[in-house]
Amino acid sequence: MSKKVLVLGETREGALRNVTFEAIAAAKKISGGGEVVGVLIGDSVADFGAELVNYGADRVITVEHPHLKSYTSDGYGQAFMAVIEQESPEGIVFGHTAVGKDLSPKIASKLQSGLISDVTNIEGEGDDAVFVRPIYSGKAFEKVKSKEGLSFITVRPNNIPPLAKEERSGDVSSLSVDITNLRTIIKDVVRKSAEGVDLSEAKVIVAGGRGVKSTEGFEPLQELANLLGGAVGASRGACDADYCDYSLQIGQTGKVVTPDLYIAAGISGAIQHLAGMSNSKVIVAINKDPEANIFKVADYGIVGDLFEVIPMLTEEFKKVM
Amino acid sequence: MNIYVLVKRTFDTEEKLVISGGKIQDDGAEFIINPYDEYAIEEAITVRDEHGGEVTVITIGGEEAEKQLRTALAMGADKAVLINTEDDLEEMDEFTTSYILAEYLKDKDADLILAGNVAIDGGSGQVGPRVADLLGINYVTTITSLKIDGTTATIVRDIEGDAEELETSLPLLVTAQQGLNEPRYPSLPGIMKAKKKPLEELELDDLDIEEDDVEAKTETIEIYLPPKKEAGRVLEGDISAQVSELVGLLRNEAKVI
Repeated sequence: MSKKVLVLGETREGALRNVTFEAIAAAKKISGGGEVVGVLIGDSVADFGAELVNYGADRVITVEHPHLKSYTSDGYGQAFMAVIEQESPEGIVFGHTAVGKDLSPKIASKLQSGLISDVTNIEGEGDDAVFVRPIYSGKAFEKVKSKEGLSFITVRPNNIPPLAKEERSGDVSSLSVDITNLRTIIKDVVRKSAEGVDLSEAKVIVAGGRGVKSTEGFEPLQELANLLGGAVGASRGACDADYCDYSLQIGQTGKVVTPDLYIAAGISGAIQHLAGMSNSKVIVAINKDPEANIFKVADYGIVGDLFEVIPMLTEEFKKVM
Repeated sequence: MNIYVLVKRTFDTEEKLVISGGKIQDDGAEFIINPYDEYAIEEAITVRDEHGGEVTVITIGGEEAEKQLRTALAMGADKAVLINTEDDLEEMDEFTTSYILAEYLKDKDADLILAGNVAIDGGSGQVGPRVADLLGINYVTTITSLKIDGTTATIVRDIEGDAEELETSLPLLVTAQQGLNEPRYPSLPGIMKAKKKPLEELELDDLDIEEDDVEAKTETIEIYLPPKKEAGRVLEGDISAQVSELVGLLRNEAKVI
């Protein structure tokens, strides 16, 4: 049976996020030839409607209200529930992002629905869709399906390929919703992530461990990450030693990432760290210790001092890029 | 202040997973309190010490989960509740778990409920917000700082690396992110005291829950290990030759740059 599937679109720094295009591709599969409806929520989001259509949404609904300028679960919850009431969808797809993780359980609870979080692959289509998701931070995987009713999932960034962008036509309509009784007041957002590349969505990650030795030791890693349009990450060892903020931590506690390229510098490769990154597409290890565990999962390894190797690598990339 | 903490017993992060008969084997495995729940317990104890009141830790599971509850009591929680579903439920999902927790909590007049932002086994991060929604109270996820003044809560939360500062009011459910605090280790006197602290055991019957009410909405049909990653190539030669070889491999063989 073909389904109607809603996709929550998300923006970051004035542009739609890649994970939104990936979510549309996921929704296409779940819809099994049905309809994919993009949903945009914010204070001024209508301009993004056409791009959602170009990435595969059949039409788009926007909910705009001054109270939706910042994300709150109350505000977005009211807006999204109003869309659900109007559309009665059979599927919903969010990105597994800060917003998606926070909002999806609330919507699932209100609908008394199941919710399959952090999906990395979809097998089959429509009613036969089976969802693959990592468990134990990627030490194992499970295949899950919805038993009845709604197929509601969140998709992990960087895993489901988006559809090609093409000029397509589709209706962009607005829904007026009264947003009231917000219980949370956002005071401020302090930007800590460098260069605006989010770790979970980064295509390239340059990560440092204890071998980085100090806060300043992260500078050559940041330089390489900037050049490659990537983000800097860290092992728990580096965070515990106070070389960097815990928001950079990759591992079983911390973030689980799957970039195209993961460069591990001065990271020994504890099992907890490997859980967070070993599903990256290509792994490069740079470590002084040839016996380091990280070499067991690396596609390419250089035995050497990261403070020698990383700057050389940056220079070498500069030559060819 | 009436404080509750939602706790889950999980595999130790050191454990390697073995699957047989379609299930993850737990014979001989070490279990711990989910690390994010430890931050929640620590924060609950800190809030109680500052504002007074009582901390109750709750878990759902089998008899074995008593050990993790005793650890929480040894850290400084006042009471523990084990909702034992061993005999009643085979399949559970996040819907099931949150329904049961909310049924337990609905008449407790909690001022503050804390949980980990995610469990390191299932990894869905749904239960906290679902419980808050079922109780009709507000929630804030992935918090890294919590200050309470009367019924006002001032919170910093981690949003993908950035820090969002917000204000809300009690009653409230929060989920803990790394960086919130440094969980204490149970002290020896704490461990001795924990043995005498109340640990209540309940079953679904005690909460007037029918098995049909909590039937899972999703179904796991297969669990498997990822394909074993083969060790790749360690490059040789002098470092500058290795570096240029690596750049070539990343561009031409792996095609990621």
